[in-house]
Amino acid sequence: MIPEIGQFALIIALGIALAQSALSLTGAARRIPAFIAVARPAAQGLFVFVAIAFGCLAWSFYNNDFSVLNVATNSNSRLPTAYRIAASWGSHEGSLLLWVLMLSFWMLAVSVFSRSLPDDMLARILGVMGLVAVGFLSFMLFTSNPFERLLPAAADGRDLNPLLQDPGMVFHPPMLYMGYVGFSVAFAFAIAALLDGRLDATWARWSRPWTTAAWVFLTIGIALGSFWAYYELGWGGWWFWDPVENASFMPWLIGTALIHSLAVTEKRGAFKAWTVLLAIIAFSLSLLGTFLVRSGVLTSVHAFATDPKRGIFILCFLAVVIGGSLSLYAWRANRVAPGGRFELLSRESMLLANSVLLLVACGAVMLGTLYPLFLDALDLGKISVGPPYFDSVFLPLMAPAVLLAGIGPLIAWRKGEPAQLVGRLRWIAIVALIGALFVPLAFGRWAALTSVGLLLAFWIFAGTLTALVVRYRSNAKLTRSFLGMLLAHAGVGVFIVGVTLVKSYETERDLRMEPGDTATLGGYSFRFEGVRDVSGPNYAAARGALTVQRDGETIARLAPEKRVYLVQRNPMTEAAIDAGISRDVYVALGEAVGGDAWTVRIHIKPFIRWIWFGCLMMAFGGLLAASDRRYRIATQRREDALTADATVIRRGTA
Amino acid sequence: MKRFLWPLAIFILLVGFLAVGLRLNPREVPSPLVGKAAPAFELPVLHQPDKRFVPGDMRGKVWLLNVWASWCVSCREEHPVLMELSKRSVMPILGLNYKDKGEDAQRWLKQFGDPYQLSVVDADGRIGIDYGVYGVPETYLIDAEGVIRYKQIGPLTQAIIDDKVLPLAKALKK
Repeated sequence: MIPEIGQFALIIALGIALAQSALSLTGAARRIPAFIAVARPAAQGLFVFVAIAFGCLAWSFYNNDFSVLNVATNSNSRLPTAYRIAASWGSHEGSLLLWVLMLSFWMLAVSVFSRSLPDDMLARILGVMGLVAVGFLSFMLFTSNPFERLLPAAADGRDLNPLLQDPGMVFHPPMLYMGYVGFSVAFAFAIAALLDGRLDATWARWSRPWTTAAWVFLTIGIALGSFWAYYELGWGGWWFWDPVENASFMPWLIGTALIHSLAVTEKRGAFKAWTVLLAIIAFSLSLLGTFLVRSGVLTSVHAFATDPKRGIFILCFLAVVIGGSLSLYAWRANRVAPGGRFELLSRESMLLANSVLLLVACGAVMLGTLYPLFLDALDLGKISVGPPYFDSVFLPLMAPAVLLAGIGPLIAWRKGEPAQLVGRLRWIAIVALIGALFVPLAFGRWAALTSVGLLLAFWIFAGTLTALVVRYRSNAKLTRSFLGMLLAHAGVGVFIVGVTLVKSYETERDLRMEPGDTATLGGYSFRFEGVRDVSGPNYAAARGALTVQRDGETIARLAPEKRVYLVQRNPMTEAAIDAGISRDVYVALGEAVGGDAWTVRIHIKPFIRWIWFGCLMMAFGGLLAASDRRYRIATQRREDALTADATVIRRGTA
Repeated sequence: MKRFLWPLAIFILLVGFLAVGLRLNPREVPSPLVGKAAPAFELPVLHQPDKRFVPGDMRGKVWLLNVWASWCVSCREEHPVLMELSKRSVMPILGLNYKDKGEDAQRWLKQFGDPYQLSVVDADGRIGIDYGVYGVPETYLIDAEGVIRYKQIGPLTQAIIDDKVLPLAKALKK
């Protein structure tokens, strides 16, 4: 019964979305107040019904209802409760439902928090988002119904893929989707503004906090995914340039460019057409990512079961949504009034260069991801592009962007002061050079790329600090949005430090160890105590025990595992990690090699936590910026004005 | 007006490619090589570069040719399955180390274990083209006459081994 309620709720949601987008878009175009008034309640109703559907699916998983095909293929009665619920989004159908849930959640948020928006603008925005919801709801109902029944019911389920049985699975997809789908708000604002012809600073001010919020979620989502891969996949890597990772990274790059470009549009009224284009591209890439993952045109570790019918549906949907918005852009963008003028040396041109670099970097990632497909389509042979391509293309593009990020905040809008800038730059350059030359000495080994990485990191630290000092001395107010920007930039520096030091100084050893054997690596000694069999709720494991000592003192006891999940019979490696600010000690259990001996892999990963800590700083910076007072004031003022009007009217009638 | 049309034009081109790509879906189209003789090659052996290997050496045996590379993420996912299979020694597994650096490949095998009877080195991917390698990993089941009987695109899983590869190998051995 419950699954049928879920399916029924989805059908109602589709009906609401259809009615909502049709009525509010026509209403806004023809100025029919009754139609415009539908937008807000309809968006809220849509959320309620999608939430009911999602609840029904989660309930089916929670109660092990194996008469639902989706549950039978992706869960098992022995699966722990938290993973049973997370399994709701472990399948193709479930993750689409999560997508739509997030979309309707953003619509709900827009309908609640945008009281300052004119009603017709709000109707357009919600109408555009409603259209996207129509596409995804019909995709689900026609090709990937999450509530399909399996009759007769299976006795037990085929279990969730063991790779996904991890706390990461509980948090990573919802965060990532919040970010992905959050760009639909910026997209809807852009389309609404194009339809309306009102592309101005107010528009930028409205869409800025929403875009930043989506970007924050996406940043956290990607960082969580990378952290998950690091400890779950068992070989200590943290980024693989896998097509699905790239699919989330491309919108992030464009989203970053968009945030910066929006700043210019809000403050200086410039780059309007460019900002709108970036908003369209950011969401288009979210859709493209969904297409790449869901259609199976590319092979990847994240691949789900694929079905050509689904691929064609998403491709048509992509063509309509993106093609439609780019046509609208081509038609309307030339009506945008030119923005304020600026000199070559100005914050505007720094930000423009930065967004072009990010766009090109995104293009390079996209090329690497789709290149095998292009060549195959042209019948030019079959190739695969590995990390070597990405590593060699990405650094030269990102290095100048980072240099710009270090000095951008120091340059004035419109026209910078060359003399003043040179004075400040001198200090930044000195700090960066000292850091780049001397930090490697502390590690005892020097390489050119290490210095380049550290140079960039110290450059951005010094630049950020200088910007803070300059702002403080000028007695200008330290707004949240300014502090957030600096914090995010410092986060980029922290991230670079992590990447550089890990790439340069990580060490590892592969050992054959018998109980009682001791090995040393990087000043640590590892004593192998042996392996014993343990059993988990739905797996059997061999659990090793290692004592890690430094200078004769025990600092950690690690228990890496080799698990075999009972249903799918896949062997899984659970690495054991002793985490630290300056290094991670990472131990993974290999194979049993005769007698009591096992192969053991030990890594020392210096400063690897900084990678994710840097991402968190970026995300927190974004959060600060999005919560800046001036966005709230805009709301407040509008309300004050409204109540004032209401008072006047009441007085008039009295 | 014209410059604002560029994004649309680029996008249309992209959609064209994606549409063709959908039709080419590697998982849906069976390899034309299945049922044909495995393309011949002569390649150096990874651990003994002065020794060379030709598929003819395996005549009379049913064997697996697994295309792998140290930079390939899915190979790591697949690797435990191959290790398990090699432990049961039901059939020889040979590796085709695809577009890889010799030292990386050797380190990879040392780190994760070596399921292969031997690996041959296809440094520039030329043999991969003959075999129609779309991406790494791929696996070919080759019979005693040197004919490709089965091709797996993407990682092998325990289920594929149990349900497809082993039954087919068993039938071929008779």
